[in-house]
Amino acid sequence: MSTSLSGPGSATQAPGREPIRSGLPRKSRDARNHAPITATGLVVKVVLLGLVAGIAIWAAFPLIEARMWVGLAILGATTAGLCYLYLTRRHIPAKYLVPGTLFLIAFQVFPVLYTASTAFTNFGDGHRGSKDDAIVAIQSSSVKQVAGSTEYALSIATKGDPTAGPLVFLVTDPKTGAVSAGDGEGLRPVDAGSVTVSPGGKVTAAEGYTILNFGQASARSPEITNLVVPTPGGALRSNGLSRAYEGKAIRAYDAGCDCIEDSETGKTWTADAATGSFVAADGERLTQGWKVSVGLENFHRVLTDPNISGPFFGTLIWNFAFAIGSTGLTFLLGIAIALALYSPRMRGTNLYRVLLILPYAMPSFAMLLVWRDMFNTDFGLVNNLFGIGVDWFGETWSARAAVLLVQLWLGYPYMFLVATGALQAIPRELTEATSVDGASPWQSFRAVTLPLLLVALSPLLIASFAYNFNNINAIWFTTEGGPFPADNPTNGATDLLITYTYRLAFGAQGAEFGMAAAVSIFIFAIVATVSAISFRRTRQQEEVYS
Amino acid sequence: MRIRTAGVVAVLGLALAASGCGDNSKDEPAAKESPKAASGKLVIWADDKRTAALKPFAEQFGKDNGVTVEVQAVSKDLQTNFVTASQQGSGPDVVVGAHDWIGNLVQNGAIDPVQLAAEQKSSFNETAIKAVTFNGQLYGVPYATENVALIRNTALAPEAPKTIEDLVATGKKLKAEKKASEILCLQSGQNGDAYHVYPLYTSGGGYLFGTTANGDYDPKDLGVGKPESIAAFQKIAKLGEKGDGALKRSITGENSIATFTGKKCAFLVSGPWAIADAKKANIAYDISPVPGFAGGKEAQPFVGVQAFYVAAKGKNKALAQEFVTNYVTKPELAVALYQAEPRPPALTAAFEQVKGTDPDLAKFQEAGKNGQVLPAIPAMAAIWDPFGKAEAAVIGGADPAKTITAAGKTIAGQIK
Repeated sequence: MSTSLSGPGSATQAPGREPIRSGLPRKSRDARNHAPITATGLVVKVVLLGLVAGIAIWAAFPLIEARMWVGLAILGATTAGLCYLYLTRRHIPAKYLVPGTLFLIAFQVFPVLYTASTAFTNFGDGHRGSKDDAIVAIQSSSVKQVAGSTEYALSIATKGDPTAGPLVFLVTDPKTGAVSAGDGEGLRPVDAGSVTVSPGGKVTAAEGYTILNFGQASARSPEITNLVVPTPGGALRSNGLSRAYEGKAIRAYDAGCDCIEDSETGKTWTADAATGSFVAADGERLTQGWKVSVGLENFHRVLTDPNISGPFFGTLIWNFAFAIGSTGLTFLLGIAIALALYSPRMRGTNLYRVLLILPYAMPSFAMLLVWRDMFNTDFGLVNNLFGIGVDWFGETWSARAAVLLVQLWLGYPYMFLVATGALQAIPRELTEATSVDGASPWQSFRAVTLPLLLVALSPLLIASFAYNFNNINAIWFTTEGGPFPADNPTNGATDLLITYTYRLAFGAQGAEFGMAAAVSIFIFAIVATVSAISFRRTRQQEEVYS
Repeated sequence: MRIRTAGVVAVLGLALAASGCGDNSKDEPAAKESPKAASGKLVIWADDKRTAALKPFAEQFGKDNGVTVEVQAVSKDLQTNFVTASQQGSGPDVVVGAHDWIGNLVQNGAIDPVQLAAEQKSSFNETAIKAVTFNGQLYGVPYATENVALIRNTALAPEAPKTIEDLVATGKKLKAEKKASEILCLQSGQNGDAYHVYPLYTSGGGYLFGTTANGDYDPKDLGVGKPESIAAFQKIAKLGEKGDGALKRSITGENSIATFTGKKCAFLVSGPWAIADAKKANIAYDISPVPGFAGGKEAQPFVGVQAFYVAAKGKNKALAQEFVTNYVTKPELAVALYQAEPRPPALTAAFEQVKGTDPDLAKFQEAGKNGQVLPAIPAMAAIWDPFGKAEAAVIGGADPAKTITAAGKTIAGQIK
């Protein structure tokens, strides 16, 4: 059996038996197929496949519990496929491709699909679960104590085995001291001589019953919560493990009319499948709703709701300005400093380099908060230092300038670092040659150094742009999107699309995941388009310069 | 502006994370117990401070009753984490939190009502019981109340001001004498703070929601944007940056207490949580109710309540009910929680017990005596953000009538 195994192990074979690299593919495959199995390879394979099996078993239990058979089938098929793949000698390319593909599906494709599907629902606070969940929640939260009813002392008992026997409530009426036994059929009086009652009223022993202690009882918690003893006025329910009360569910679901009926007021709320809530004739909605598909409504709202679409395009423009501004400014400053330090006449460059890298070494989260406090009108360092009274985060343009300034401070060391690296890769002979030809330093920078720098830095600039386009920290920790216009608290002057989305999804108004997912899709489309165009242009540029 | 490997991949990840669809388990505490372990085990979620105070009592409860009790600290976004976890079936049995969560927790079906016997109910402070009542049902067992008051540096201002105008006059005098640099430390920040400005808003005549016949807040009767609210904000505007300068956007939640303890202002509007800092800074202080405008209505702060809730989807509901209704209602636990963080206990017996040792407590209680219960209806969620931002705009000098009308419209649009 062991000799028929292959896979990772074959890579560790003795060097002497390495197939000749220049040989025909067929020959190399033959060589691999006949490669001996080493002990290390076998151990690696056993451990890794064991891990796969372990993860599969760990993931299977919750799936079975939640009755998600489709998920379980996918899990089983994936695990079986993986075992097959690494236990045969065939499919060599797949052995390398499959792990990456699986991770791609799990961490990229699945979340994208999930976001996309959420965008078509009203998923959010008040509409999180299914309709059945909502009905259960409505019914259970309408259980009220029957007015003037008795609070009983309760003991949980069984007939027979404490872990499996049928449950019985032994209740004591506090006024009369009479003990009754209750189960699904109703209450029956118990002969006073056959029970022992503690001074507190609880039954401590009863003939024919086993009294459960808290530990035993709590093991059967769901059964206790679900046991309802019918009484003429309503039903006896447990309240914890030591008290029982007569309660009544005021609201009940009626499948006939697909509505909730209130037995006290006679009011009904009919299910509205379009909004996922129960609505009464007078427009009143019950608090608990459920998740429904709303089609294109979220996208429609983004494009047409004047409170969203107007600010959305304004935000989009600022978003571009912010991303271009923070990338461009850091690039300019970074390159300028890199050039200055690159000059052979510069002394003490190492010291400067250390000082310049400092901002980069600070955690940006903390620094953003420090900067926020430094821009405080009355207590901030910026105003105090210069003796001015600028309301930095209170005015649109000063707030925008401030966030760009913070970005510049946080970001230029990075640009400086990469530009220094790129500069060192450009041979000095090139610039020396231009000066021999009589070009000014500026001309030689424009014609030789900058284009060569850009070839190396363009992909980084695009990545930097894409990152800054969604740089939620930069805004959230400083201005929180403010200042806000007096008449529109939802969209501030420094809001990026991502902070705006974040506020929608997790803001104070309650979560609106469906809506936020729709905006995410818009953002994704924008960033993807911009990046695709820029990368294409970079490639053309490289062709020109190389 | 860190770029690193960023690129489209990170951007995509960010967008997804922001939409709540990325990796759902990311923020959850490591509380995923195996389904089999549920028997005889009670899981409680609370924030860090309360976890420390609860632990010994929870362990005692476990020992007395032959069950295991686990108290887990959820230091961030407890409410959101609880809702998400309970929806996925991995939530706790009991959760501890503020009463204004109730509306949201109920609309997401995350908590169940609790049944307290009449004599248990009457052992609590009435306001506290009112706070945890929603739609006519009791949804949690309260253990502490909290409200803001005026904390004043008695070295700078020996007399408690009767009205806001008194306060401003004293503050201006101190400023002129260079004994202080600010008139009043009432946190606002660039985005406002509805909670702290509320006493002034009510004194100016404003209200948030009207009440229905049974005393519940009525989301259909929204007070923001009504003439009363405009009148209130006109008074607030007079205290703002273009008026007296008593209210400023540069005073934020981060610096207000520090400015007070740094003796830069004589008056601080804050809650019991500020006292520890004042004591540490060795400041002679006194506590009095937040004063209202001269000739105005009474300044009513929000009264908030901290409570224990029974999770609707908990695995051990019976035990959770037992713990919440019969154990949390004991004064010893309330006193211990008070010692972990000094907020007035909601149980009258516990309050009496700690009152003697802590005079501040009674003063805070007195300041909140006429307070308004912080609305727990889901519609309240729509208030905070627009109301705060309108407040900040008005303090900054925006036209009150226009700003508040717009805020009222936004809020009304968000209340479904």
